[in-house]
Amino acid sequence: MLKKLSPYTRGYRKWIALGVVCSAMDAIFQLLIPLVMADIVDVGIANADTNFIVRKGVLMVGMALVALAFGLGSAVFSSRAGMGFGANLREAEYARVQSFSFSNIENFSTASLVTRLTSDVNSMQMTLMMGMRLLVRAPVMLIAALALAIGLSRPLSRVFLVAIPLLMVFISILMVKVGPLFRILQEKTDSLNLVVQENLTGIRVVKSFVRESHEKDKFAERNNGLRSTSEKAFGAVVVNMPVMMLIVYGTIIAVMWFGGKMVYAGTMAVGNLTAFFTYIMEILISLMMVSMIFMMMSRSIACAKRICEVLDEVPAITDDRAQSGARVEAGSIDFDHVSFKYNTNGAEWVLENINLHIPAGFTVGILGGTGSGKSTLVSLIPRLYEAQSGTVSVGGRPVADYTMEHLRDAVSVVLQNNTLFSGTIRENLRWGNPKATEEQLQSACRAACVDEFLSRMPDGLDTDLGQGGVNVSGGQKQRLCIARAILKQPKILILDDSTSAVDTATDAKIRQALRKDLTGTTKLVIAQRVSSIADADLILVMDQGHVAAQGTHKSLMKTCEIYRDVYRSQQEGVNIGG
Amino acid sequence: MAEHENNVPAPRHGPNRGGYQKPKDLRGTVGKLMNYLGRYKLQLILVAICILASAACNVGGAYLLRPLINDYILPGDFSGLAKMLAVMAGIFIMGALMSFAYARIMVHISQNTVAALRRDLFAKLQGLPLKYFDAHTHGELMSRFTNDIDTVSEAINNSFASLISCVATFVGTIAMMLYISPPLTLVTFAALAVMLAAVSGIGSRSRRSFTAQQKAIGTVNGYIEEMTEGQKVIKVFNHESAAIDGFRERNEAYRQASTSAQTFAGAMMPVMGNLSYINYAFTCMIGAILTIRSGDLGGLAIFLQYTRQVSQPVNQIAQQVNTILAAVAGAERIFEVMEAEPEVDLGKVTLVRVKYLPGGVQEETAIDTGAWAWKQPDGALIPVKGDVRFDHVVFSYDGKKTVLNGISLFAKPGQKIALVGSTGAGKTTITNLINRFYEIESGVITYDGINIRDIEKDSLRRSLGVVLQDTHLFSGTVADNIRYGRLDATDEDVEAAAQLANADHFIRHLPQGYQTVLSSDGGSLSQGERQLLNIARAALSNPPVLILDEATSSIDTRTEKLIEQGMDQLMAGRTVFVIAHRLSTVRNSRAILVLEQGEIIERGDHEELLDQKGRYYQLYTGQAELA
Repeated sequence: MLKKLSPYTRGYRKWIALGVVCSAMDAIFQLLIPLVMADIVDVGIANADTNFIVRKGVLMVGMALVALAFGLGSAVFSSRAGMGFGANLREAEYARVQSFSFSNIENFSTASLVTRLTSDVNSMQMTLMMGMRLLVRAPVMLIAALALAIGLSRPLSRVFLVAIPLLMVFISILMVKVGPLFRILQEKTDSLNLVVQENLTGIRVVKSFVRESHEKDKFAERNNGLRSTSEKAFGAVVVNMPVMMLIVYGTIIAVMWFGGKMVYAGTMAVGNLTAFFTYIMEILISLMMVSMIFMMMSRSIACAKRICEVLDEVPAITDDRAQSGARVEAGSIDFDHVSFKYNTNGAEWVLENINLHIPAGFTVGILGGTGSGKSTLVSLIPRLYEAQSGTVSVGGRPVADYTMEHLRDAVSVVLQNNTLFSGTIRENLRWGNPKATEEQLQSACRAACVDEFLSRMPDGLDTDLGQGGVNVSGGQKQRLCIARAILKQPKILILDDSTSAVDTATDAKIRQALRKDLTGTTKLVIAQRVSSIADADLILVMDQGHVAAQGTHKSLMKTCEIYRDVYRSQQEGVNIGG
Repeated sequence: MAEHENNVPAPRHGPNRGGYQKPKDLRGTVGKLMNYLGRYKLQLILVAICILASAACNVGGAYLLRPLINDYILPGDFSGLAKMLAVMAGIFIMGALMSFAYARIMVHISQNTVAALRRDLFAKLQGLPLKYFDAHTHGELMSRFTNDIDTVSEAINNSFASLISCVATFVGTIAMMLYISPPLTLVTFAALAVMLAAVSGIGSRSRRSFTAQQKAIGTVNGYIEEMTEGQKVIKVFNHESAAIDGFRERNEAYRQASTSAQTFAGAMMPVMGNLSYINYAFTCMIGAILTIRSGDLGGLAIFLQYTRQVSQPVNQIAQQVNTILAAVAGAERIFEVMEAEPEVDLGKVTLVRVKYLPGGVQEETAIDTGAWAWKQPDGALIPVKGDVRFDHVVFSYDGKKTVLNGISLFAKPGQKIALVGSTGAGKTTITNLINRFYEIESGVITYDGINIRDIEKDSLRRSLGVVLQDTHLFSGTVADNIRYGRLDATDEDVEAAAQLANADHFIRHLPQGYQTVLSSDGGSLSQGERQLLNIARAALSNPPVLILDEATSSIDTRTEKLIEQGMDQLMAGRTVFVIAHRLSTVRNSRAILVLEQGEIIERGDHEELLDQKGRYYQLYTGQAELA
């Protein structure tokens, strides 16, 4: 995992190096100070040499100031490195998400992608930064303090032979115990949040069915689970401190006993004993830091894993097979023995052995039951998904011949669940064509019947839509999405049930406008109402992943039972009404 | 607004909050938190005792160094040294035990307190009116449960005890220092003054840059959330590189802001640590000169140790105060939700099941007889018929823009009433009002002659079955989702309801049939299939009145035709409100109301309305003309 993430330190490695050096130097200078102190006690006090004491004292202050400079350096460099690494990582991850095809996106839920891009990366950058500050410092402190302690008195240092292995064993036991607990804790937290989130999105359902107490029970169950797990996890963590204290204090007592004897025997100076004592405390502090960092790390390992999953996800659709220079010249569409399923391991085909030819400029209506494969069929044309077998061709060439960019520039889709983005109406429409002129914008708005409500908007095209387009109604949103798609001036325009929230009169108007304005464009319209597609050049009737029938309204009325059924169910009223 | 919500598929998450917000009402919020901690009064007292004892052990145990050196090591009294070290060991063990005890108790207290906070917050949320959910994004409310609860938990778990422990250690150490050598303590006081100045200097700058950092985080996170939700649209419009550019810009701004914030935060430790060493140097220098005269080597050794110890609490106190302030700010936001005005429910009339005794007398019963009655506060029973009337109802979501302008309508028992009209005309609003999701401004809504304000809300809603346009499913199995309509329904009931809604067929084609687990957004199901599940859910709940709000809008007309029989069966004998833009769906309604801009402009049955040649006729022939 480290290997995988290390490339993202690019551009900041110099700061990492500097930061590490600064941290280490800070620690070393701090550790040298007690040595000078020992000199003051053993030479200065013993000889009552005030001059010596002052000289050494000034030296100590100087060393502390040097350490301070290094410390500040470590703060500056580690934040640059940590935050820079975070920014790199975030950007790489985001860029990766951009290369995802629809099936990749569906592998992750939106919420989980957002977490992986935000708080997971934030936690990683904090880990690197704190790691540089503390993780470097701690071993340096530990080793240097040990070295110095050994230098002060080799025989006395033997106490470390007992103390340090003891501490190591303890820390590793704790790590092994606590690690899994925190993983469970994370799972429980996620499951609790899921209940809250679903409750918030479904609050109308909850209230309509008077299920508040049911929801409370559901919540209480997970809340209790979370509580007991976190009590267990944090309960294990708090063992850490006291045990460490005990080990270190035990060391101090041993040092006082053996060291005391040595001082009396004259083999060790009192100042050195005091310095030794100080080093033990430093070792304790650095060990506490290490265990703290490990706690932090065990959390960020989970984050790193989630980030790596995104980085490792292989885009299902790439431009590998694209031929340079391939452009969509015409809007004809061909399906040649095309079969498709969303889940490669799934048993049933969503589309099975589809064969179709749609000439350029045709208006094609697609009708079919829920789950009959209408949306799937059209989504293969701009290569949002890739057929498992058979070939989908646009303009006479297989869709994989074109780069996705060229293909999707030529094939404009208005998705069923569409999104507008925060910003003005103008900015949203320009997604279709960044260079659209005022006239082009106006005419697209007219065609999609956006002009009807645009005049009522406070600032016309410059009205701010708010996040997710919250300032317009469902029908208005659909019309804006159609206008956005028209602005692309595509060779093929696909409307996937894009007028479901638009009233019938407006729907009819939009269709007329499309026919008039986009004469050369092949238009595919998925609709529920026969009226929306009855005038199409070709109508496809989909049924359970097959094209059950195709033809014009007239021919289908004669030949296709399903079509007649649908037509009748929608038309009875008209006959009665006469 | 309600109608706008319908097409927002996934919840939005607010920007990451937390960090350095100051609480508005420190005392009030702390008081409320104390209410939660109050039930652990005894444990808290125990914690305080343990903290004090552990601090005393740490400070006192270290002090033994002085007699150890002066009285035993230097004179070479080893049996005395052994005794003294045994005492020292005892004190240290005591200290370690005490600190374990308080930390463990605090974990218990904090986890239980936080669980209670979460429970109350969630319970409170269930009682809030829809208006509240309209005004607050999901992300905002979610962050009450995540970020805010986390900071509170963190503060109770660590900061609270640390703070006391730090203060105790600090006071104890200073006291010992004064006891050992008042003149040397003056050096430490001077150093502490410099440290405090450094803490507050760096602190205030750090707070400022943290505010900037939080803002930048918010911007980046907001961008990521919005763009990721629209990721498919980005793909379709080849907008990837533009999205990356927009991202890069915000990411860079965040990097700069966070680098500066983290630099300040990171400077705190080396500054404090090394100031402490400078203090150590001065103390050592002056102390050594003093010791030449006094000969108190042990005193100097322990004093130097205290010098190192004393700065740590100062550093910590500053940090913990920040954490606690952030937690109080978080708690304040939590309490804001808890103190939001809940749904008003003064209704006393309740819904009860009844059985008919010979002679037409009703009697309350616990058995599902299919018959319902309104039970008045005085015990009188009024049969539930489903007679709903609006009398000059005026309503607005925001108090400014009137959505319904003096609507009067009536639905007689067993009638199918259709509401038609263009988007935003107020159709959904009407059903929202029958449910009493919102309070009307003037006018009266009655249900079987009873003002709905007098009916207990739960009873009112239990009597109404609603199939909403936005098909919300919960994570769980298909069967669980249908069973949401009636929790005690058997598997057979569930399947019967699914058959009625014509959902049985596609459910059986799912990998595990009724036991197929759906993710929360039901991602693997089409919109139409989700609507079928919603209908099955409503069918299972078997209510006297049904509200179908675009219940079949995503179901193709052929399937709609197939479920028509089931729907007819479902609607038989019930009052039904149908909202549909597909006029074929509403054609056979007893009464059709055409709404426009909050007013009923036409009413009548299908034929009458066609004869009127008004708006309905236009709407209807708009469709017919092109056929």
